[in-house]
Amino acid sequence: MKYYEGDCVIELDVNNEIRKATVRPSDVLLDVLREQFGLTGAKPGCKNGDCGTCTILMDGLPAKACLVLAVEAVGHKILTVEGLGGHTPIQEAFVQYNAFQCGYCTSGFLMVCHALAERKPNADEYEMEKWLQSNICRCTSYQEIREAVKSVLKHI
Amino acid sequence: MSTTIGENIHRKEAWDKVSGNAKYTDDKPVTGYLHARILTSPHPHARIKSIDCSKASQLKGVRAIITGNDFPVLSGALLEDRPPIAKDVVRYAGEPVAVVVAATEAIALKAVRMIEVEYEPLKAVFSTGEALKKDAPLLHPDLGEYKRIQKDVQPVEYSNIASKFQIRKGNIEEGFSESYAVIERNYKLPPSDHLAMEVRAVRAEISVDGKIKIETSSQAPYTVVKQLSSCFQIPAGNIEVNVPFVGGAFGGKAPVTLEFLAYMACVKVNGAPVRLTVSREEDMATAPCRLGLEAAIKIGAKSDGTITAATFTFYLDTGAYSDISPYMSKAIAVDCTGPYNIPNLSCDSYCIYTNHTYSTSYRGFGHLCYTFCVERAMEDLAEKCGMDPVDFRKTNAIRPGDLTPNQVVSTYSNTGNPELCLEKLKTLLHWDGRRVKRIDNNRVLATGIACLWKSATPPTNAVSGSIITFNSDGSLNLNTGVVEIGSGGQTNLAQMIADRLKMDIKDIHISLAVNTRLNPEHYKTVASMTNYMAGNAVMKAANDVLEQLKTMGAQIYSCAPEEIEVADSKVFKKEQPDQYIEFKDIVSGYQTQNGTSIGEPVIAKGSFLLKGLSKLEPNTGKGRTGPAWTVGAQAVEIEFNQSDYTYKIIKAATVMDVGKVINPNGMKEIIYGGMSMGLSMSSREVYEYNKEGRLNTPNLRTYKLLHIGEEPLYQVEFVETPQTDSPFGSRSISEHGIIGIPAALGNALAAASGIPIQELPLTPEHLWRAKEGIHDSK
Ligand code: FES
Ligand code: FES
Repeated sequence: MKYYEGDCVIELDVNNEIRKATVRPSDVLLDVLREQFGLTGAKPGCKNGDCGTCTILMDGLPAKACLVLAVEAVGHKILTVEGLGGHTPIQEAFVQYNAFQCGYCTSGFLMVCHALAERKPNADEYEMEKWLQSNICRCTSYQEIREAVKSVLKHI
Repeated sequence: MSTTIGENIHRKEAWDKVSGNAKYTDDKPVTGYLHARILTSPHPHARIKSIDCSKASQLKGVRAIITGNDFPVLSGALLEDRPPIAKDVVRYAGEPVAVVVAATEAIALKAVRMIEVEYEPLKAVFSTGEALKKDAPLLHPDLGEYKRIQKDVQPVEYSNIASKFQIRKGNIEEGFSESYAVIERNYKLPPSDHLAMEVRAVRAEISVDGKIKIETSSQAPYTVVKQLSSCFQIPAGNIEVNVPFVGGAFGGKAPVTLEFLAYMACVKVNGAPVRLTVSREEDMATAPCRLGLEAAIKIGAKSDGTITAATFTFYLDTGAYSDISPYMSKAIAVDCTGPYNIPNLSCDSYCIYTNHTYSTSYRGFGHLCYTFCVERAMEDLAEKCGMDPVDFRKTNAIRPGDLTPNQVVSTYSNTGNPELCLEKLKTLLHWDGRRVKRIDNNRVLATGIACLWKSATPPTNAVSGSIITFNSDGSLNLNTGVVEIGSGGQTNLAQMIADRLKMDIKDIHISLAVNTRLNPEHYKTVASMTNYMAGNAVMKAANDVLEQLKTMGAQIYSCAPEEIEVADSKVFKKEQPDQYIEFKDIVSGYQTQNGTSIGEPVIAKGSFLLKGLSKLEPNTGKGRTGPAWTVGAQAVEIEFNQSDYTYKIIKAATVMDVGKVINPNGMKEIIYGGMSMGLSMSSREVYEYNKEGRLNTPNLRTYKLLHIGEEPLYQVEFVETPQTDSPFGSRSISEHGIIGIPAALGNALAAASGIPIQELPLTPEHLWRAKEGIHDSK
């Protein structure tokens, strides 16, 4: 990886757009997405990798944006909830199954679920749980989220 | 057009929440803001000897540093005992000691670490028992001089007692002399956290002419106005509070906390916009949490299981400051029995200061804590009487004509039907009377039961209001002061209007953000009171719409208003439904074909003031504190492994008397959420303090919550006994799903393990320690 020092200008590929940002090497991707690009769908919940509210996709796989340095994201494809477009099967399913209450954890869950549905459409319930255990929801009972995800996976 | 009441309606804000479009407080752009961060105390109790900010203030980019000496004010919901920034003394580890404002958050954090504070540690107390001892250090030596906002809060001078409420009913001695079985038990619950996924955040700015604008993640925007106004002597009209979406609250965002800090920081930088968002660690250790509780319970029953008498003593650990806890001690006293008829009753409920993080309302307002204790005791008493736990509860269920602890005569309308809830729960569980069933050598299946009830304890003069306007397409705007914290309250209100006006709910728009200048005051989005209070206001506004439309219709059709009908967004004469005027052509006034105008634009309003409530009589606790109770019966089924004390939660069930089902799925999911939180809280959540009195579990790495895959099957069924003074007869339900769950889990585990469960949380390690009598060496 390139060595970064001081304020540096980087280019990030976010939601299929190349965008420039001036960052410190220690800035995390989450803050840059939110504060410089106005993409506030990814949320801080702990900034410690424990809750998943900040989940985005990096090259199609879920990553916690609070644990990724912005400079580390250079050269990777970043997808945030805003980049999903609004009508992916998992977004429709979340509405259909009321898979949220306050909605704060929702973007993070959607990103994990979207990646799961894309990468492992045949996942069984066990595999689904393993994927989703990276995230926490305090409002729902998880039963609603489980139903929503099951509806977009092929074999459950 | 069929009614929308009883239909499954998706949340109005659903698409905003799945698209990343829903904006929460800290989603507001940060450009143009200065950033504030807090220095907190490492000591649970210490005198502040000196604070040296000289190095920190020289750091480039630092704009201001504020300490407790800058604004020597006291704040509090009921009793003004808390300096927003500690002054002279710190009373819990995590208490704010200074606030730094800087150009960036990184600089603010760096400066925080450069402030030098010299402390002189003082003796600290970490349990209500210690705090009540004669020689205990006093947390608030000036307790007697604090301003009391509510006069029924009576702190005991020169003690650590912030308040006390008591209940006396019947004759205790006589009651116990009639009992055949008596049990005495002690229980202890440690504090834990709300853990809303959104941490608390606030923005503040002050215009040159002194207008203050606050944006905050709060359940109580109107209270923010009132407390800022009274604390800093600012005319309330100069303060505007905005609340966008709130990412979970559970009572934890009802107190005014960071708003004080942001305001003071903002004053110090001449009104420049200031942003203050705390870290998760601060959200846990600094901001208020759920209180701890110790209880001593004695209950007696006749051989047929009829309870004759009970004494309850509750010690609430409110931590360093009282906030709303005195009213939790009141609510616990008023509801101390659970939904049972106990004719001879004595209850003492104390709110006590300790050097823990201070506490505030938490889903259920103290009810889940005392219910754990009472329902564990009920279970033991049922066993001692040789009775089935469900039958025992049915025998004692409160019925119309019985007196509640605060001596309100119970009716179906004000109390609902706990007996029917238990009956339905039995069916739902296929209950055969066996609490424990063996699976194999090590494993057993066990079921625990618990009942719940709760009435709200709002101030006797709480208000709510609503305004209805229309758009040019005839669709309707509903404007209330209800905050969208996740409970779907506004969607329920929209359903009520849709039903009253017989219009399509799609044509009802709601204002999801609250602005205290624009939205009529709604007391607080707490205590599950949206349906009742805002619902009553909204129904009045809907009636006002009808009246205005009918008056105009009567003029247009030259008939009496009573002959006019309103439905499907149309106004017409009852006998001529095919000749109608669409809303879009009448809501801004009506134009006849020759161009004359009739009527005027429809702007409707409805407001509501709680009535008929009273303060409690100090000696007996007689008085009416809330409009009505909501009752329910709950069960938890577990699979317990007797060899290693681990268990799996298989099922959690609730039957609740909701009065009237407004939105079946929406209501079920709120109750599921409550059950889930109750299981998480009772199975693992705990504020663990180390020897130095610091929180050992201040983040999600150490403080564990339930994750997906650990959840049981959830089941909810309803009983509908209408509450006659509430819209459609509906009752409060938003908090209630949590209340009986810790007790039901405790009862299941006690049955499965034979351990006399008296403490939370119920981790395998705690169970093992209880069984083997091994105490923590800490
Ligand atoms: S904010 Fe990234 S995991 Fe919690
Ligand atoms: S919906 Fe509130 S945290 Fe998941």
